[in-house]
Amino acid sequence: MSSASPVVTAQRATGVRLNVEQASYAYAATDRSAPKFALGPISFEAKEHELVAILGPNASGKSTLLTMLAGLYKPLSGRIEVDGTEVSQLDLRVRAQRIALVQQESELLFPLRVWEYVLQGRYPHGRRLRFESQEDCLFAGNALAQVGADALRDRWMDQLSGGEKQRVILARALAQQPSLLLLDEPTQHLDIGGKLELLRRLRKLADNNRYTVLVVTHELNLAAEFSDRIVLLHKGKCLRVGPPAEVYDREMLEEIFEAPLEVEMRPSGRPRVILRGSR
Amino acid sequence: MRPLTPRRVALNCALLGLVLFVVVVISLRMGAYPISVADIVKTLFNGVLRRWEAIAPEFTSVVFNIRLPRIALGILVGASLSTAGAGFQALLRNPLADPYVLGVSSGAALGAIISLAVSPQTPGTIQFAAFAGAAATIAAVYFLGRRGGQVDSATLLLAGIVAVSFLSAVIMFLMTMLPGRDLRGMAFWLMGDLATQPRINSGWLYLLLIIGVGSIYAASSDLNLILTGEQEARHLGVNVNRVKLVVYVAASLLTGLAVSVSGAIGYVGLLVPHLMRMMFGSDYRILIPASALGGAILIVFADMLARTVVAPTELPVGAMTALVGAPVFIYLMRRRVR
Repeated sequence: MSSASPVVTAQRATGVRLNVEQASYAYAATDRSAPKFALGPISFEAKEHELVAILGPNASGKSTLLTMLAGLYKPLSGRIEVDGTEVSQLDLRVRAQRIALVQQESELLFPLRVWEYVLQGRYPHGRRLRFESQEDCLFAGNALAQVGADALRDRWMDQLSGGEKQRVILARALAQQPSLLLLDEPTQHLDIGGKLELLRRLRKLADNNRYTVLVVTHELNLAAEFSDRIVLLHKGKCLRVGPPAEVYDREMLEEIFEAPLEVEMRPSGRPRVILRGSR
Repeated sequence: MRPLTPRRVALNCALLGLVLFVVVVISLRMGAYPISVADIVKTLFNGVLRRWEAIAPEFTSVVFNIRLPRIALGILVGASLSTAGAGFQALLRNPLADPYVLGVSSGAALGAIISLAVSPQTPGTIQFAAFAGAAATIAAVYFLGRRGGQVDSATLLLAGIVAVSFLSAVIMFLMTMLPGRDLRGMAFWLMGDLATQPRINSGWLYLLLIIGVGSIYAASSDLNLILTGEQEARHLGVNVNRVKLVVYVAASLLTGLAVSVSGAIGYVGLLVPHLMRMMFGSDYRILIPASALGGAILIVFADMLARTVVAPTELPVGAMTALVGAPVFIYLMRRRVR
């Protein structure tokens, strides 16, 4: 079902949801010193129903790019627009209504139930001091259902397995009702089955629910299988943007990942990367 | 899914208010001059209705002039310290934070002593100086407790211990240097007691209490998210820096307020929020008002014991809270390490 989706989404995708134009960013130890790390300039766009994977070796700027897209870093130059509005211009709450960012979660100080955690996702939709309404509970319940975590509702957060926790964190992001869903290495602590299930779920969310999903990941094959577009980064530079089949070039991948590998084109039109153990 | 409702908050607070009332009545009964509970309730009732002529004069003096002001002071101090403790716990993301343990109370005491030495007569300066001392101390402890840009729980507590012993030494030095070696005063600032009535009109103190508790309460939805993770709170639309600034100022204000009238009473800000978490959960929308009421209950009760267990002499109320608070602190610390 998922292998046929790019053709379908290409027809359905109409509105450009995320537009990144020549965006760049730089870290520096102090204001005056030379930047330690520079990112960009990067340009790409993502439409409704699209799943975009951001790939690259460690320290290539993937997470920085994602944080910048979420509006937490202001780009040094260029523009990042969501639904036609520049992200850095958005009010904090309005931004959280449009963009949800899922990162590795912090350690909880006090025990929290799953439903309490998911309800936190409703925060941007209310006043500052707020009590959740019936409507909020409905949205939170739907979000849990969408990630197949209905049964976890009354469990404690610190008693969940890695895969369960990942689903609950995703549910909180969905409770925000964002149009843009950003995930920073969501597959990191999952086993192989969990990784596959998560990407299937994200694909489904993009296909059925008008989300635009951006995933930072190290999983080359899962990205090739499920994404409409790949953004390939290396040392802060954007090397290529395009469908997996165009981006997965053996020589380039070997060079940037510093590993001997082969790229194989599958009948579905999606490439597969095979690591070569010995030469 | 049963989210917290304003109704549940109000109901639980009413319950705690009732407990507070009972503790106040019991506390009014205890003392050298015997009064029956029935007489106390009648006296209070008539007092509220301002029917002073209906009250026996000796009751007016014992209840309204001696015991009630002290109890009212206990309520003020207990509510301030507990709310400040809950505030610091969220601000520093550390469940062991407490104004006394972190040295904030000692800083406030030092500020108060300096203001007494410099300008003893101007009303309100002592409160302001105590607030400034508290704010400066928590800032110092915070920066000392940071390691590699992160607030490290153990380092923070060590910085607090160092702050307490250093500031206590400075307080002792000042008290010894100042004219008329005031040993009782020294015990007051280092341990805390409720025997001295403040010279400032207590209406102002209560106004400050309401402002302090109110500003922390207004941020309670934000604090819930900050406790789950600062970075995540930012993603969800919380203006984390502004919330932290508000809570920092309000918790320092509350600590300064309490210390300026009662000295450095310890462990209230640690004990009460934890007890309330066990009873009502860790949601700050109920934790803040519950802590304020619970702190009032604890201090009124502890002061009643301090007045009566070794009568006719008195213990400082701070000794009572430390007797209970220190073991609980150790228990909480061990549990966290596990």
